[in-house]
Amino acid sequence: MMRPGRTQEFPQGLAVRPKKSNGQGKMAFWLLLPALVAVFGIVIYPVVRTLVISLFEVNSVMATDTPFVGLGNYEKVLSDAGFWAAIGRTFYFTVTSTVLELVLGLALAGLLNARIRGRWVLRTIVVIPWAVPTIVNAALWKGIFNAQYGALNGILSQLGFQSDYRAWLGSPTAAMNAVIVADVWKTTPLVAFFLLAGLASIPNDIYEAAKLDRASRVRTFFSVTLPLLVPSVSIVLVLRTVEAFKVFDIIYGMTRGGPANGTQTIAYYAYTSAFSDQSYGMGSAISYLIVIVILLLSAVYLRALRRSEMSLL
Amino acid sequence: MTNELARRTVLLGGIAGLSLTASACSVTGGGKSKGGSGSGKGTISALFMKQAGYSEADIHGMIASFESKHPDIKVKPTFVAYEALHDKVVTAAPAGTYDVELIDVIWPAEFASGGLVTDITSKMPEDWHTRMLGGALNTAEYQDKYYGVPWGPSTKLFYYNTAMLQKIGASKADLDTWDHVLAVSRKLKSHGVCKYPIAWSWAQAEALICDYAQLLGAFGGSFLDSAGKLHLDSDAGVKTLTWMCQTLKDGLTNPGSTTFLEDDVSKSMAQGQTAFSLNWDSTYRDLNDRSISKVVGKNGVMATPKGPSGKQPGVNGAMALSIAKSSKNQDAAWKFIEYVTGEAIQERYIKSSASNWKASYDKPKVIATNKPVFDAYKVALRETILRPAVPGYNKISQGLQVEIQKALLGKKTPSKALRDAQAASNT
Amino acid sequence: MTLRKRDSVLLHLAAVFTAVVILVPFLYMVVASISPQSNLISKPPKWIPDHLDWHRYSDMFSGSSAAGSTFKSAMANSVIVACCTVAISMVISIFGAYAFARLEFRGRRMTLMMFLATYMLPQVALLVPMYIILSGFGLLDSKIGLILVDCSLVIPFTLWILSNYFLTVPRDLEDAARVDGCTRVGALFRVILPTAKPGIFAAIMFSFLLAWDEFMYALVFTSSTNSKTVPVAISEFAGRYTTDFGLVAAGGVLAALPPVIIAIVFQRYVVSGMVAGAVKE
Repeated sequence: MMRPGRTQEFPQGLAVRPKKSNGQGKMAFWLLLPALVAVFGIVIYPVVRTLVISLFEVNSVMATDTPFVGLGNYEKVLSDAGFWAAIGRTFYFTVTSTVLELVLGLALAGLLNARIRGRWVLRTIVVIPWAVPTIVNAALWKGIFNAQYGALNGILSQLGFQSDYRAWLGSPTAAMNAVIVADVWKTTPLVAFFLLAGLASIPNDIYEAAKLDRASRVRTFFSVTLPLLVPSVSIVLVLRTVEAFKVFDIIYGMTRGGPANGTQTIAYYAYTSAFSDQSYGMGSAISYLIVIVILLLSAVYLRALRRSEMSLL
Repeated sequence: MTNELARRTVLLGGIAGLSLTASACSVTGGGKSKGGSGSGKGTISALFMKQAGYSEADIHGMIASFESKHPDIKVKPTFVAYEALHDKVVTAAPAGTYDVELIDVIWPAEFASGGLVTDITSKMPEDWHTRMLGGALNTAEYQDKYYGVPWGPSTKLFYYNTAMLQKIGASKADLDTWDHVLAVSRKLKSHGVCKYPIAWSWAQAEALICDYAQLLGAFGGSFLDSAGKLHLDSDAGVKTLTWMCQTLKDGLTNPGSTTFLEDDVSKSMAQGQTAFSLNWDSTYRDLNDRSISKVVGKNGVMATPKGPSGKQPGVNGAMALSIAKSSKNQDAAWKFIEYVTGEAIQERYIKSSASNWKASYDKPKVIATNKPVFDAYKVALRETILRPAVPGYNKISQGLQVEIQKALLGKKTPSKALRDAQAASNT
Repeated sequence: MTLRKRDSVLLHLAAVFTAVVILVPFLYMVVASISPQSNLISKPPKWIPDHLDWHRYSDMFSGSSAAGSTFKSAMANSVIVACCTVAISMVISIFGAYAFARLEFRGRRMTLMMFLATYMLPQVALLVPMYIILSGFGLLDSKIGLILVDCSLVIPFTLWILSNYFLTVPRDLEDAARVDGCTRVGALFRVILPTAKPGIFAAIMFSFLLAWDEFMYALVFTSSTNSKTVPVAISEFAGRYTTDFGLVAAGGVLAALPPVIIAIVFQRYVVSGMVAGAVKE
């Protein structure tokens, strides 16, 4: 990665691997104990239980006849075309929404950080979509895109852009893109605030120095701002990817996976398998496959980011 | 000292693992709470849904009068959204949270075969078979056993906009068959009375299957073959789906239909944009509610038009009250169910929901509360078409929804779509 | 026009454009919440309601209708659950994040990975076993139960962001404090926390929303006004056959208020952290 000369003056304290010293293990244990108890105390039983269930054929939560099938559920899922289609749709959703949110979020963070009049007004406005609960957001955009009385149809017709109302959620691709629009509207401000916090920790004198060097603004952005934003961007990238890959609520609220399964993402697929179909073993296996995919994705990111020497891992 | 953390973490995990194996009665961790008939008194928990049919206030009223008759039983109601009801029943089953559960007509097979609800055949009085409407009784029937008592029969009725009909000089008599409905629709379209005369709830949801089932019945079809096996790609099925696609192609069906649920259909009628639709009984009330409708007093309702087969069965959309298998107080639960499904209570709340009982429909006082709907019901509930009562119904339904939508969106031919749905249901 | 001035005008134009894009859907929701139901389905649309219809709000404040009273208690439940979840998670995570960012111990990477891995688990995977546990402890349909499961959801998230923010605090600052006689914990509170302020407030904001917005656990684990949260209450506005979009909109507007207030208060600190960031160099 290209590194700007100035960052070398960044304090040595940023070196990732701390010096070894004695007794830190004990201290770390006590510091981490509350977190370990609070998280794993709740999660470990379900995690193990679900893993066990994924190895059995369980066709009802009350099933008593549950033959052990080993990796049978996994084989079945992996050979199911519906699973791969859902994975494909989830990747499309994840990549498109994350890229859009990151790019727009970066621009928005820059805008929020810029010297403009009434900046606090803009900052307040930007918070709003983020504050709208996902379930409401889904209902809101479902209303906006409605084929019969939706606001989008109304405004486009009144402005003369279309002669007739359209079913915006009517085709699989269009519906998926509509869901992405709804997600981007709600989540971009969150991303922007994350990046703003990152921008906020960039010392001003670095910019002053860049100005003295007569660096162009574009160059300053790419050679100063962006590298220093790497920690924030990496957090956002990992978190958004994970969240997007698990997307459920907005699909549940907006399209319920339709039309023609066009918005059925992998988490929704797991949910319907486990609960609607009561193929509980299959649903558990799909859940674990989701975890594996997310882990792989995150590992790729983290490997790339470790080179920036700012990562914990 | 340095590996302290790792060691203790492993220890924590180990403890959790041990406690897991120790408690493992079944794979799901459930089945610990065995149900029982109980003492016939005490507190029972009942799961209801929030909307359609009986309101929360109605149910509180029923509970109050039940408790005054049975002072030794207390009923604790819980209300959830219809969308959450199925999954609530499923997740609560291993823990035995509820005694009485409201279930939809499409779930008995699944819940019965999965061991979530109890068989109540022996509890049901003999005369119910003659006194209850045939189209209601079968609601919670699976393999000749009963797993719940219907609580308000319901089916989809045919709604029409009388003002639009007047404009082209047509009347209710012209709507007796689906062919005639299409003919009138063409006229409405060519006269510019409305752009898309018919709206359907064809979104990817159970609503689509309800419409499809009702049409399938009119085309003389069924989901099952004569041997009782699932047969989705029957000739009648292909004809039905082809007919549906054709109405879209001819511009008689609103193209937004593939995104509509019942609510959207009702609203497009209320807007005055749509001439015809299938919808549940509660729609009649909504269409005549001035605060939400622009077509007050311009609505007609009747039983679904006849198809080429001359039949006109309504789709069975009733709910039923069941006893959870993990309930420890099943006798008290039964007393409650028997009381609230009784003729007296159902007639007292007839404004909210129709009655299970044949006798109710002969009482002028009862009929007068909602005459147009009851007149339509008299015809529609004579015979209802059931969505297939098979344990894996949800999965089959979802597969069928997707395939039907693919045909509607022109991505597959109707026969190919139904063949694929059938093939998927076999795996 | 100078280059600077042109840039400034462009910036302001961009700001106005952004504000419009963000506000228009929300304003549509606000208008819908005070429009009579018949206006909401008119074609062409009525952007300005025939008359202002406040009954949805008055229902919710007085709790007079069934939906209104559920919403009122849901609002209180949500505030309690979200605040407790954030408070517990932040305290626990600050200590844990310090360990990850500053201490060397074996299994450090492994432990962090494990926390992250739980964050990656889809909630669907855990629903039924978790339901059985909560039921076993009598915590179903209780705020405490919901706080516990929400904490398990929020802590991995806050641990991870706080660790990253703590890393950006120069070690020299902490070393200096420790030379002055501070313990590690003292240095954590006196040096690291003040310096990492933007990160901490960001973490509070995000974890608050995570808890406020959480839907699936609340949907499955709550059932009465004891513990039902706002997203669940709103999802129940949608009827089986009929929905008043205006009611969902009104609920949405009210539900958006607490996070907006928190964000407005806290973004000032994010900004003040920025000033501190400039000074610290």
